[in-house]
Amino acid sequence: MSLYLSIAIIALIYVVIFQIAKASEYVSILKGEENSRKQNNKINGFLMIVFLVLGFVGVYVCNDLLFDKTLLAHPAASIQGERVDQMLWITLTITGIVFIITQILLFWFSYKYQEQENRKVFFFAHSTKLELIWTAIPAITLTVLVIFGLRNWFFFTGDAPKNAMVVEVTGKQFGWIFRYPGKDAVFGKKYYKNIDPANNSVGIIWDDKYAQDDILTEQTMYVVKGQPVKLIIGSRDVIHDVGLSAFRLKMDAVPGIPTTMWFTPKYTTKEMREMTGNPNYTYEISCDQLCGNGHYSMKGVIEVVEQEEYDLWMAKQKPQYFVANPDKDPEAAKAAATAAPAKDSTAKVATAKM
Amino acid sequence: MSHEAVLHAHESHGHDDHGHHEHHDTFLTKYVFSQDHKMIAKQFLITGMVWAVLGGLMSVLFRLQLGYPDASFPWLESILGKWAKGGQITPEAYYALVTTHGTVLVFFVLTAGLSGTFANFLIPLQIGARDMASPFMNMLSYWFFLAASIVMMSSLFVETGPFSGGWVAYPPLSALRDASPGSKSGMDLWIISMALFVVSSLLGGLNYIATILNMRTKGMSMTRLPLTIWALFFTAVLGVLSFPVLLSGFILLIFDRNFGTSFYLSDIFVNGVGALSNEGGSAILYQHLFWFLGHPEVYIILLPAMGMVSEIMSVNSRKPIFGYMAMLGSLFAIAVLAFLVWAHHMFVTGLNPFLGSVFVLLTLLIAVPSAIKVFNWLTTLWRGNIRFTPGMLFAIGFVSLFISGGLTGIWLGNAALDIHLHDTYFVIAHFHIVMGVASMFGMFAGVYHWFPKMYGRYLNNSLGYMHFWVTLAGAYMIFWPMHYEGLAGMPRRYFDFSIWESFKQFAELNRFISTVAMIVFAAQLLFIINFFYSIFKGRKVTDPNPWKSNTLEWTTPINPGHGNWPGEIPEVHRWPYDYGKDGVDFIPQDVPVGDHESSH
Repeated sequence: MSLYLSIAIIALIYVVIFQIAKASEYVSILKGEENSRKQNNKINGFLMIVFLVLGFVGVYVCNDLLFDKTLLAHPAASIQGERVDQMLWITLTITGIVFIITQILLFWFSYKYQEQENRKVFFFAHSTKLELIWTAIPAITLTVLVIFGLRNWFFFTGDAPKNAMVVEVTGKQFGWIFRYPGKDAVFGKKYYKNIDPANNSVGIIWDDKYAQDDILTEQTMYVVKGQPVKLIIGSRDVIHDVGLSAFRLKMDAVPGIPTTMWFTPKYTTKEMREMTGNPNYTYEISCDQLCGNGHYSMKGVIEVVEQEEYDLWMAKQKPQYFVANPDKDPEAAKAAATAAPAKDSTAKVATAKM
Repeated sequence: MSHEAVLHAHESHGHDDHGHHEHHDTFLTKYVFSQDHKMIAKQFLITGMVWAVLGGLMSVLFRLQLGYPDASFPWLESILGKWAKGGQITPEAYYALVTTHGTVLVFFVLTAGLSGTFANFLIPLQIGARDMASPFMNMLSYWFFLAASIVMMSSLFVETGPFSGGWVAYPPLSALRDASPGSKSGMDLWIISMALFVVSSLLGGLNYIATILNMRTKGMSMTRLPLTIWALFFTAVLGVLSFPVLLSGFILLIFDRNFGTSFYLSDIFVNGVGALSNEGGSAILYQHLFWFLGHPEVYIILLPAMGMVSEIMSVNSRKPIFGYMAMLGSLFAIAVLAFLVWAHHMFVTGLNPFLGSVFVLLTLLIAVPSAIKVFNWLTTLWRGNIRFTPGMLFAIGFVSLFISGGLTGIWLGNAALDIHLHDTYFVIAHFHIVMGVASMFGMFAGVYHWFPKMYGRYLNNSLGYMHFWVTLAGAYMIFWPMHYEGLAGMPRRYFDFSIWESFKQFAELNRFISTVAMIVFAAQLLFIINFFYSIFKGRKVTDPNPWKSNTLEWTTPINPGHGNWPGEIPEVHRWPYDYGKDGVDFIPQDVPVGDHESSH
């Protein structure tokens, strides 16, 4: 019922507006078309200046309400992010100045040079000097921005420092898989046809000697504050994208073509919670490339922790080889052989030490 | 030119015979299978408007979800059925709406609706030709477009839903039937529709180029062409050179989908299906092929708007366009650069960093001709005598939006910043302002300005003013705050943000944006009402040159028949921008140059 009522009301509004518009046309014919045209011209000329003023007020209010919600309100969480933020501010300043000047000129000229009976227009078809000026100024400004931008671009896409820890990230519909190389610091080979969603989600080739200590986790990745992290990124099915907004970085995950990205986290998750005043703050990995109907829920988490906490966490991880092949797990076999009722915790610590 | 000869012979029989000819037009040949460029233009325009309303409605529906993710609207279920179970739009429906909105607005409205309408309408009228070089091909161009429309429309009704992988249709998502329900038969129809569309735009584009190069009236040298024609010419060249590449990309996609090839596929394991046998393909190859059209495409959308804005601005400022040659040069520069910047859409695909740096340089280079255009428009207004017709208002609005959206292009074109902002709401704000809304403004400006020539009647001015101010203010209110969401890293194409600690803080803002979007959509219906009412009941045009304009279209009768000029085609003696010269308000192009006249 209320639906029909609201449709009726909306239709009524249209009819009223339409009738007013039609009436104004008749009035203009009565008043003389030339007169009413001039009047309309004045109104619209005035609205130009109103729009300019209200527009800038709107920009100010919008900034006031929303700035604290952007990432610029807090320090960037990575050394790359600091460079991005610096670039953002410089670009904002330059484009902001151009924005303000050109919008003022546009609406002010429109207002100032609105039709007036006795004005003679200035026949001004071209001026090589002026045109050269406004070719040269943008060209110089842009050169500065390009040089500045490319220095950062080559830093971001360049090689990661030697001491970087390496994590492999694999996207799938709809979640993230992380692989750590284990003690030998070398990833085992993988082949996509070996993928088994139950216990070999990235298709590791178990025969490879480097593979047997590889560690797999899902959804949450641990990294160490202050230590560079290099991500080797891939996908199992469609294109995904590792979006790390807090670190100001992202990189596509493409099936069949590995990509890389590196960053150095500056603050632990805990420190970030204090800085933002948000006790639930998390470094989120958002999928930034449409990957299907669950795209919006493809969330991962990065825990940035101190070295000790990382070591503790790592100690608890069990190589995937033993998860997939429990019969090969010496600790599990030992535990099963010695005492079935043995305490769970000892077994766990023992495996973790492997 | 045999066609023209026939028409000439026909004209020589005199007026009576001409009237006789009109008699033979049946409803079908006059309104449906017409070969008159003016009628074909109207067909493009009205089909484009239908799509604009549908595409706009889709955006209202998905904005409803973004603004009110927890609310339930029972009436939605009665309209959309299983796509809105319990009155809430499902993720499947959401992604289908987003995808169709993008495809339809980019291709059907802002390419076919804009170029199709104004290239057809203005080229013969402004260069002084009786029709297009090949009227039959021109008719086919419309019918291929309509066929594309019908196929796209039918994809909305298939069981598994229309394609839902984004308007860019990146494989593997678009190539794998099992990756998403929308990639099943909905995607087949999507590709067929787009292939038909490519054919349509090629037929149209070839025709526009041939007509402009060969059929200009006596005296109409290339540098005497109005800037609209130049813009439409570059647009057609861009389309003819880049659409075939898109088609080739689609053909490879069809092979991958149906015939087991691996152009785009490699090392894939699909949940619930298992490992596929495809190896060695590159998903990135498609992106190169797609964006080789995709980037010129944004200029295919933007250039006609720029051309019309230049023309309308000059006419209504009663001043010549400032820097005609610079405007032309910058159009040319933009057209060339359009082909050299496509990979700036791919900065985060793992592109070779050196290649990326080249694309940064070339991308930011586009800002130079764009800046020239903006400053020249501003100088055109300077010391003019401005008449605020609705067309002029939309032209001014276009410049404002082009500035706002163009400047954020400098942010996104710089790869190091793009890494951060890519695929966030910042990008949505950028391209909607600079390409979507700005080109819509160009299209509105064109419709308001040339409506009297199209239908011999005026649109209602008051409705035009309301339409303009609501749309301009509304467009800024919708898209300006999105920059802030982008600066918070909020990703595009998310159905719901409630599980995201970083993004759920914008719930209130999303509600605001959705509300404004609905109001702006409602204001567009004012234009639709105005348009159709005025075709039949609008105030009649009594002056053949109502805007006191210099270009040739206003030398035709108020309601020009097939062939445009009843007598001889006028000869051109000057450029089209002699406004305010030597104290004379305007001197049409067909007026011979006087003895004591100064040169511009």
